[in-house]
Amino acid sequence: MTEVMTEQTKLIVFQLHDKEYALEVENVRSIEKLEHITRVPKTPEYVKGVINLRGVVTPIVDLRVRFGLSSVQDTEHTRVIMVILEDKEVGLIVDAANDVLDVRTEDIEDSPDVAGVQEADYVAGVVKLDKRLLILLHLDKVLQAL
Amino acid sequence: MEMSQYLEIFIEESKENLQACNEQLLALEKHPNDLSIVNEIFRAAHTLKGMAATMGYDDLANLTHKMENVLDGIRNGVLAVTPGILDVVFQAVDDLEAMVFSIADGGDGKRDVSDVVRLLQQIESGDAPGTAAEQEVAATATALPSRLTYEAYEQTVIEEAIEQGFKCFEISVSLREDCLLKAARVYMVFELLEKDGEVIKSDPPVDQLEEERFDRDFTVSILTMESAESMAGKVESVSEIDRVSISPIETGTFRSSEDTFTEPSPEKIQHEIVEESTPRLKEENAENVKKAAPSSKTIRVNIDRLDILMNLFEELVIDRGRLEEISKQFDNPELNETVERMTRISGDLQSIILNMRMVPVETVFNRFPRMVRQLAKDLDKQIELKIEGAETELDRTVIDEIGDPLVHLIRNAIDHGIETPEVRTKHGKEPFGTVKLKAYHSGNHVFIELEDDGAGINKEKVLQKAIDKGIVSSDQALTLSDRQIYELILSSGFSTAEKLSDISGRGVGLDVVRSTIESLGGSITIDSTVGEGSRFSIQLPLTLSIIAVMLVDVKSEKYAIPLSSIIETAIIKKEDVLHAHNQKVIDFRGKVVPLLFLEEVFEVPSEGDEADQYSIVLVRKGEKTAALVVDSFIGQQEVVLKSLGHYLNDIFAISGATILGDGQVALIIDCNALIH
Repeated sequence: MTEVMTEQTKLIVFQLHDKEYALEVENVRSIEKLEHITRVPKTPEYVKGVINLRGVVTPIVDLRVRFGLSSVQDTEHTRVIMVILEDKEVGLIVDAANDVLDVRTEDIEDSPDVAGVQEADYVAGVVKLDKRLLILLHLDKVLQAL
Repeated sequence: MEMSQYLEIFIEESKENLQACNEQLLALEKHPNDLSIVNEIFRAAHTLKGMAATMGYDDLANLTHKMENVLDGIRNGVLAVTPGILDVVFQAVDDLEAMVFSIADGGDGKRDVSDVVRLLQQIESGDAPGTAAEQEVAATATALPSRLTYEAYEQTVIEEAIEQGFKCFEISVSLREDCLLKAARVYMVFELLEKDGEVIKSDPPVDQLEEERFDRDFTVSILTMESAESMAGKVESVSEIDRVSISPIETGTFRSSEDTFTEPSPEKIQHEIVEESTPRLKEENAENVKKAAPSSKTIRVNIDRLDILMNLFEELVIDRGRLEEISKQFDNPELNETVERMTRISGDLQSIILNMRMVPVETVFNRFPRMVRQLAKDLDKQIELKIEGAETELDRTVIDEIGDPLVHLIRNAIDHGIETPEVRTKHGKEPFGTVKLKAYHSGNHVFIELEDDGAGINKEKVLQKAIDKGIVSSDQALTLSDRQIYELILSSGFSTAEKLSDISGRGVGLDVVRSTIESLGGSITIDSTVGEGSRFSIQLPLTLSIIAVMLVDVKSEKYAIPLSSIIETAIIKKEDVLHAHNQKVIDFRGKVVPLLFLEEVFEVPSEGDEADQYSIVLVRKGEKTAALVVDSFIGQQEVVLKSLGHYLNDIFAISGATILGDGQVALIIDCNALIH
């Protein structure tokens, strides 16, 4: 077990409002700029539509709406993080993609105290790094229940 | 974990091997004395057994083993081919198929096969009814049956050699399953044998052995002065050999190749027949070899990879379009030339990629002979199935879907179409009915026709039934054309069979056939003549991945409507819209057609300007029609159909998406979901 504890994990860090979130790098396929989105009717509000990602029609989810945060006007920093989970490929709209970090698995805290935050359901853990607090997302739950 | 990557290959190859078993068994039924067919079946079964054992599917391996024992008996002349034995072997193959399909569906491939196993064991021990007599004859005739068959001149050679004091042996060699260089081992065996004697024959023939076109076993006959033990010992000294068995051949124990041809010739001109048919047999063999040869030059590619290739290629086409625009602006001859060349090459590339997805319909058709045989047996009918155009190619996705509808139609034709032999004879027809399955290309479509020479469809009966079931009103019935009446049998809730049989008429009927075919963008028509038979003609698009659509604007959004569901387009005035039961309708060519505003259906953000006329697209689903209101027509286009992926499933009235020339995504409307 000690070996596992000292293992490193790569995290993709991104910004939503004033918070920093993270996803494990193996779930992230690429980071893209926001392009024309085709709206898909009769889908939940957080599904923005579909885009053409190199010939593959890929659905786009607005994480801000998914987490119940207020929507923000897109800026030049707005990015789409393409994630892959099993057979699902989805793009997540975020305010900015900040960083790629190496984190020791032991630094990830399992039961985070983020009560009161609406997105608590989707949180898998938190990482404290100096003065930064990264919220590690549970991708399975983010993509669940459509 | 390690195995999972082989599982797919295992399943595919097992299906192929079982298919080979089925085909060859049918061939064996026609030519019960042709041992080369038995060898083929044996080879397929053997490969299947080996793979199943490697993958850990013991039930599958065991049953195959039992079946193999029976085949071995036939091959060695201990058992004679009788319909009884074939039935059991067919049943075993059925069970094997069920196991493989269960594995393919994620199951464990287990199945209760004790019945079949018992039957197989009975046959193997010679207890099966109908085989005993023949077996006795076989047993007395050949004390030590030879495994190989010998031509007349070979027999003479052996006889003469034996007279001169040589001994003749048949040496059967099994290579180890993990043997890598089979041809090399064969070469070593031959070299050893030829030091001490003369190899006169081998099975499979030497050229096939050299090309490794055999499984693990081969048999050679040799003339030598040495003893059996010393020969066997020498062969065993070659490494990677599993087993060697040696048996002496004496004159009189030959299984002559002539036997194969004596039976079907009532005339007493055997010699001529032998001479004529021997080369014919060789030709057939040569054909088999030719057929087998291309398989060594193909590779299996996962269809997903082809999809990725296609996607990337489409991106290239979009960029090519942009490049063409740019080159026009610059008007540089060199640039223009290069872009033109690129356009041509990418055009060729596109057709190659599309062709890669094409599969001959054979892959669907080849399971039908077996099915027809079984159905004919179950129903006590005599049926001949003729297949034409099995080489016609269709997109893989269409192939996967078309199997079940065809099974339905064939069952229907055999159950309801073809009469019993007695009835047929009474009507002055041949006692055996013919079912013809034909596939061919025409334009951008593939046609599959199923023709039977049975009783045909009784119009009055169909109409009466349809009226009884409330499918049409008696007023409507008067206006229907013959074809429309026949097509009533494709409506849901229709079944004309007076008595329900096992074969068809289980409620899920021909309506499923029609809906499947329509969902593939195809159509089905029926022609029939009472007393002479019926013809079901299916028209299918060449490929599912490219469909013709009408692009329309709905406010600022673009949608694609498949041309296959469009009847026509029109522009109507606002004052022509009528109201009926809270529903806006129009009177279109004497028919009341409901209006559907796509803007409302798809909740398109509205900009609020109302025009005084509507652009409508009339679409149909079966007999029903609806008018979709759009803002404007953009035009017809061939587009590549794409799925919305696994995240967004079951989106209302959207069947997929496509990527337009500007790189944007347009959604494809599923008209079937819009019409109720």
